[in-house]
Amino acid sequence: MTTSASSRIDTEPLSVVAPDPGRNPGMALREEMFAGHPVNTQAAERRAATLATRRSVKKAHQAAWLVNAIRCMDLTTLAGDDTQARVHRLCAKARRPLAPPIVEGLGLADYPLTVGAVCVYPTMVAAAVKALAGSGIPVASVATGFPAGLAPMRLRLAEIRYAVEAGADEIDIVITREHVLTGNWAALHDEIRAMREACGAAHMKAILATGDLKTLRNVYSASMVAMQAGADFIKTSTGKEAVNATLPVSLVMVRALRDYGEETGLAIGFKPAGGMRTAKDALSWQILMKEEMGGDWLKPALFRLGASSMLGDIERQLEHHVTGRYAAASRHAIA
Amino acid sequence: MNDIAVLMETMDYGPAPEDPGIVIAWLEQHAGGFGHFIDGRFTDPAADHPILNPATGEQIATISQGTADDVDAAVKAARAAQPKWAALSGHERAKHLYALARHIQQNARFLAVLETIDNGKPIRESRDIDIPLVARHFYHHAGWAELAETEFPGLEPVGVCGQIIPWNFPLLMLAWKIAPALAAGNTVVLKPAEYTPLTALAFAGICRNAGLPAGVVNIVTGDGATGALIVDHQDIDKIAFTGSTEVGRRIRAATAGTNKRLTLELGGKSPFAVFQDADLDAAVEGVVDAIWFNQGQVCCAGSRILVQEAVADRFTALLSRRMETLRVGDPLDKYTDVGAIVHPVQLERITGLVEQGVAEGAQLIRAQVTLPEAGCFYAPTIACDVEPASILATEEIFGPVATLMRFRTPDDAVALANNTRYGLAASVWSESVNLALSVAAQIKAGVVWVNCTNVFDAAAGFGGYRESGFGREGGREGMLAYLKPARSRSRRAETPPAPLATTPTEGAIETGVAIDRTAKLYVGGKQSRPDSGYSYTVASRKGQAVGLAGLGNRKDIRNAVEAAQKGAAWGRATGHNRAQVLYYLAENLSARADEFAGRLRGFGIARAAASQEVETAIRRTFWYAAWADKFDGAVHQTKTSNVTLAMHEPLGVVGILTPVEAPLAGFVSLVLPAIAMGNRVVAVPSQSWPLAATDLYQVLDTSDMPPGVVNIVTGERDGLAATLAAHDDVQGIWYFGGDTGREAVERASAGNLKQTWTADGAAFDWTGAGAQGRDFLDRATQVKNIWVPYGE
Repeated sequence: MTTSASSRIDTEPLSVVAPDPGRNPGMALREEMFAGHPVNTQAAERRAATLATRRSVKKAHQAAWLVNAIRCMDLTTLAGDDTQARVHRLCAKARRPLAPPIVEGLGLADYPLTVGAVCVYPTMVAAAVKALAGSGIPVASVATGFPAGLAPMRLRLAEIRYAVEAGADEIDIVITREHVLTGNWAALHDEIRAMREACGAAHMKAILATGDLKTLRNVYSASMVAMQAGADFIKTSTGKEAVNATLPVSLVMVRALRDYGEETGLAIGFKPAGGMRTAKDALSWQILMKEEMGGDWLKPALFRLGASSMLGDIERQLEHHVTGRYAAASRHAIA
Repeated sequence: MNDIAVLMETMDYGPAPEDPGIVIAWLEQHAGGFGHFIDGRFTDPAADHPILNPATGEQIATISQGTADDVDAAVKAARAAQPKWAALSGHERAKHLYALARHIQQNARFLAVLETIDNGKPIRESRDIDIPLVARHFYHHAGWAELAETEFPGLEPVGVCGQIIPWNFPLLMLAWKIAPALAAGNTVVLKPAEYTPLTALAFAGICRNAGLPAGVVNIVTGDGATGALIVDHQDIDKIAFTGSTEVGRRIRAATAGTNKRLTLELGGKSPFAVFQDADLDAAVEGVVDAIWFNQGQVCCAGSRILVQEAVADRFTALLSRRMETLRVGDPLDKYTDVGAIVHPVQLERITGLVEQGVAEGAQLIRAQVTLPEAGCFYAPTIACDVEPASILATEEIFGPVATLMRFRTPDDAVALANNTRYGLAASVWSESVNLALSVAAQIKAGVVWVNCTNVFDAAAGFGGYRESGFGREGGREGMLAYLKPARSRSRRAETPPAPLATTPTEGAIETGVAIDRTAKLYVGGKQSRPDSGYSYTVASRKGQAVGLAGLGNRKDIRNAVEAAQKGAAWGRATGHNRAQVLYYLAENLSARADEFAGRLRGFGIARAAASQEVETAIRRTFWYAAWADKFDGAVHQTKTSNVTLAMHEPLGVVGILTPVEAPLAGFVSLVLPAIAMGNRVVAVPSQSWPLAATDLYQVLDTSDMPPGVVNIVTGERDGLAATLAAHDDVQGIWYFGGDTGREAVERASAGNLKQTWTADGAAFDWTGAGAQGRDFLDRATQVKNIWVPYGE
């Protein structure tokens, strides 16, 4: 960037902060960092809509981007009918997300390809930890009365501790939407702060349940409060709201974490979750990250895709890339 | 072979080329060159004009330079086809336009790729924006064809239209020209730009394939010389031009006095105002859409970024960073943001202007991009430290270069926004609906986008204020540009007024009143003596001197225009307030009806005719008072979650040169619609019998007419007209007189491209019903489209 030394241009171009492998210590609530922050919904929607038409990846590049999506994927099962066997199967897929011929066809036989993490309910953490032993794949657990987050605070914190004790490396907490809808930012900050403490060494992802927050202004404010309270990641959705991850919501959250990073020098991660099912979705969200934040936010340390069925579509696309033939899901191992 | 693991580290996008194979094959089929499309057939190619792909510099086709014979043949074909085309039912014409729209969609990718190869614009834009809008335009106007008979009663097609379009949106501009013309029942001779004629030629093929009757659409290729042949052709009824203001001015002058109708869509230097309460990220993306869309080669490009000081540093920083991710290069690559500049000549112009700007002190922020070695490319650029007088702030660059200036307050923003000779478009960024709409109302531009920019739709009119031209394209207002009143005009020509009798009269003056009354001029709500200090004698039809009138001169016009400009509050008054003043005027006129009738009789007008003329004036005053609060705009049906407000705004100051005959009714018939819509007027009354108008001074004074709304300068009509027509602070001029005067007015109006309406002084029966109507109100207004997207 050749910026002249003019007095009128006395601000340096913003540089995206280098990713910080450490934790987000958070800060006291500072409402001036989000109060009144304007978000124009139509403009956000327009930007989101054109991202995927302004950018595309083809052929080998597309294959690399799809493999990268696997690397950043929190392979998830969060259903009432989850069983230990089900979790075991999911973990097997997490270790070997692609069929061996595809891996070989991609020239990745020597590449340690796994998903970014496996995400389960607290009572399934132990099973997941066992199934993933030696793989290096972290186990993430939802907690705090997922998905509504309306259990008593004492129980929500106890649930975090339970999951951490069971071996969870990452905790995906849910926030009390009421605090956002009533503008009670102090209560929201206190709550997330307490959860962050309960997480201890486990990284904390704060699920904002943006589908319940409705407005992008709420999304921006909630994002900022979550980061101020020490969230290492901010995450869109539980997957159980009426509307889950969308590109406009993601755009606003990513801009919030950019702004937080500029203020603090800290790199916060982003996790869209829910509603993303296709390989095309995987590309769209990665394009969003690359355009708005740069390449560091395409690595699992700072970017996760919370999805369950997306992997199957990616595997089909990659097989097509390798063989030139369109693939059938029934020929791939299910998660 | 790419190593996937390596690519996973770089996470580059890689190339995403659009396959141009089918278009290349088509071009090879036409390797012998393209002829013109005249009367449903392609002519033998003269193939004397090479066409380049600006991204590579390679020749891709040859076209034919249209000669006088070619243009003549095309006009003949259009003329021959027009009556039958106009006689088709609206439904039949609608089916043809619908078929064109369908064929465009069927050939959408072909047209997009061809456009990109010919013009250099990114395939993403031609594919996602240009071609879909082309199809949308034909569909929309298929609808107008269907509805024309019922929606535009009393109007008829203009006839044969000569249309000249630019190179920046070749097929889209063709659609904007051809679709409304055909829908209204006109036939056309269209000349595409010399750099980018290929999609027009492909469209000619579509016309043939879709079964459009021969001669309805004729396409003649060539450069400006061919364009001039069209402009000058005797048998063309209307010229529609989109292009530079410089050429627009020449066309205005060239068509002066020819009776050709004219619409011009010209240049711009559109402001892009970012207020401190705006979503700055949104506004930064807005800049991308404003000035890097189509390489900035957009007449309505937001090329003057104005940022409120409180957020200017932050905005500049965000914008600088956004520029780092812009991709400049191969237009056929699907991820290219900024493609090729259309032609080396244009690249030279951009480079030269920026160099001049830098010499004047501009500081550049440039996207750090590697430009392709071949072809015409220019890096996205923001010029800071630009003062209002800088060449970069005043000249239309027509490239990927915007200036960035700071403002302090909303008033400051409006002042900077309007500090231009242009008035095409504006973009306003604020989260406050109060602020945004207030600024939108004050900016002088035909299109104002709130929190968005460069949004287009066939249902909304597009076109400029000031030197950005006149006439609208799109929507109902766009249809009016291709229709004319069907009322039978008098073929009679006005008897030229007698030369002014400026030497003192020999005989007695029969004023008919006891105490001598001196008719002065009426400027700024006051009677004032003419600057010249001279009067002229007003004589009756029989030659009897009946009074004296002031001999106004150019200085009186200057003073009257100044007074009129000061009366701008009239345009902001409510329609109800204006109506009240006009009703009051009618009331006072009515009270003096006998006196006015007597005045008219003094001129030698028969008793019954004099009474009827006064009665007409009173009724007409009521009629326009009624309209003052009813000539509504519209809310156009454009995008979802978007209110597109088509507002009727006054032109500003209108010079009105009234006919000789019907000294009262002619005056009232023209002045009233103008002021009812909020204009202020400088009116020159009947040269021979001005005293009917000067008698109005006291009526105006007693009717609460604010000072400056109506200014009256008596004297020699054509001389005063010349001053008004050449005045750069007069926005419109209506002239009703002889051919010489009409031509002079139209020619001089080219200076600031003021809106003109000229006709013979006897074109109307001024006391008849035809001398009032909605078309008078259309003439008195211009449409501003304000786009307001909403959603939370």
